[in-house]
Amino acid sequence: MRKLSFHPCGNYRENYAQELNIFETDFGRVSLGIFLALLFGVAPFCLSPYMLYILNTIGIAAIAAIGLNILIGYTGQISLGHGAFFGVGAYAAAIMATRWGVGFYIAIPAAGIITALVGMIIGIPSGRLKGLYLTIATLAGQFIIEYVLIQWDSLTKGTMGITLPSPQIMHWQIAGDKAFFFLIFVSLVLMTWFAVNIIRSKYGRAFIAIRDNDRAAEGMGIPIFKYKLLSFGISSFYAGFAGALWAYYMVSITTEPFNLGLSVEYIAMVIIGGMGNIPGAIFGATFITLLNEFLRFFTGVLMNVPAIASWGLNMAPLREFVFGLAIVLFILIEPKGLAEIWRIIRSSFRLWPFSY
Amino acid sequence: MEFFLQLLVNGVCVGLLYGISAMGFVMIFKSSSVLNFAHGELLALGAFFFLTLVTWAKLPVFVAFALTLIGCFMLGFLIERFFLRPLIGEKLIFVIMLTVGLAAMFKGLILLIWGGNLYTYPDFLPQTMGLQFGAIYISPVYSATLIISVIFLVLFGLFFKKSAQGIYMRSVADNQKAALSLGVHVRRVFALSWAIAAMVASMSGIVLGIINGVNVHDLSSIGLKVFPVVILGGLDSIGGAIIGGIIIGLLETFTAGYLSTSLRDVVPYIVLVFILMVKPYGLFGLVEIERV
Repeated sequence: MRKLSFHPCGNYRENYAQELNIFETDFGRVSLGIFLALLFGVAPFCLSPYMLYILNTIGIAAIAAIGLNILIGYTGQISLGHGAFFGVGAYAAAIMATRWGVGFYIAIPAAGIITALVGMIIGIPSGRLKGLYLTIATLAGQFIIEYVLIQWDSLTKGTMGITLPSPQIMHWQIAGDKAFFFLIFVSLVLMTWFAVNIIRSKYGRAFIAIRDNDRAAEGMGIPIFKYKLLSFGISSFYAGFAGALWAYYMVSITTEPFNLGLSVEYIAMVIIGGMGNIPGAIFGATFITLLNEFLRFFTGVLMNVPAIASWGLNMAPLREFVFGLAIVLFILIEPKGLAEIWRIIRSSFRLWPFSY
Repeated sequence: MEFFLQLLVNGVCVGLLYGISAMGFVMIFKSSSVLNFAHGELLALGAFFFLTLVTWAKLPVFVAFALTLIGCFMLGFLIERFFLRPLIGEKLIFVIMLTVGLAAMFKGLILLIWGGNLYTYPDFLPQTMGLQFGAIYISPVYSATLIISVIFLVLFGLFFKKSAQGIYMRSVADNQKAALSLGVHVRRVFALSWAIAAMVASMSGIVLGIINGVNVHDLSSIGLKVFPVVILGGLDSIGGAIIGGIIIGLLETFTAGYLSTSLRDVVPYIVLVFILMVKPYGLFGLVEIERV
């Protein structure tokens, strides 16, 4: 066995392969292994169903947030339509499962691919537009998709909603929080692995070049329209995949949740987690989901406090207020997000007594 | 024919409202290139201030109107000072998301204080302002809207063309660095444009409130409908905002009248996509040529 490597005290990289390493040291590799072992070996067996439910929601949100981070953080194209893409994925899976009785192991990736196609259609304006104008175009995409989902009665059953069968592999049914935990987190690990590696590839470098300076990228011979579309496609594949998982997990779906608010929530995850950072997207998803759960709990408690209830105050909007406040504070105080805070904490440990 | 004419008149009226709502939005974009997602909430805040002053404090209408405008002027000033100023020079997405966050905050705040109910103002417009052309009736509110929008259009036109501050604003919008080096106080320009925009927004909010009643959800959804309007008119053209508003208003009422009512709310966005593909700078917007 080779010697374990630790952080060197300077930049001793000699070739590009070292620059592209995912783990700088073996310490990172080992700690990730331990974390995964704990996650899969311990968490599902000793957490309460409610905790597992929260973890599962985080996992689904994290998949969508990673996808959005590829688009916003790496390619620099802002999409306000990811809530709708998530919905497209959910409906695609639901329709495939109920109409054609497709197994979940086909329905979920297929839903991702359908959503990727839809995302690429919504991304077509990126050929001519950028910045603000593209954001507005995706905003229009959000409203149009939402409208189609509600109005295309014969396919989506409109506001009635669709109830999905529980996913089945051989004779083993996936039902309950524990079984879904494995389905969701295995997907999350695979999707994270894929995302981390695509960023290291030719495609990822092209995305980053487009983000940093699209004119220069075009000058270097990167066909930017093609890569922008590809980025839209990959990103909406993630959203659709997450949506399909969500549809199976929630059992019955309606058009209601896939509104602009959801899109905003995903962008908030990306920003709060840290743009251009894959683990950041997971942090962001965790933060927003926990914040949502905490605020739901907290407003529930406040509603039951007699003093407040007797004022006739409705505390539910407090959630919206705090949510907005969190976004604003993160942008003003730490625009690089939780990933940056995490980096600062780690490096202060690493550098500890001599921090400069 | 009568149905058509009534639709036409309704469309123009609704469109004027959109145009008026869009004016504040364009103000902010024109001077600081910020896309304000909190615009609908600014409308709502103005409408609710006015509501409180009129019904709760029982002030005379004109005093209440003036106080609301002053209050929102200050509010816009504070928003710029505390939230937007730290972001000067930051990436686009941070600025966009900041206004989205502000929108959520304001909406939450309004819901906490006033709740989500529909309120109406007491009737204060004289009935004589209503106009009757044959079978077509224009209610007093709409004629008041028409008058207000023309007044503001002229005022803003003069402001941007003639006054020193207006010229500073245009120069900042055109090229921030050049304006700075020529001695324009860029921060003051930003603060002033947010203040004026919030004031205009509150005025539009009051007009909308008179017509449709005051409700947070309705008003903030109008804040989103502003996007097709301003893209159609050109993001930095105030006159374009009015014309874009009228076109979108006509489109909406005609689709609702002849096709289906559910399509009404999506049509503006479908049009929006087409405009963006064909003529991204809108009818009257400044074309920035850039080839990639």
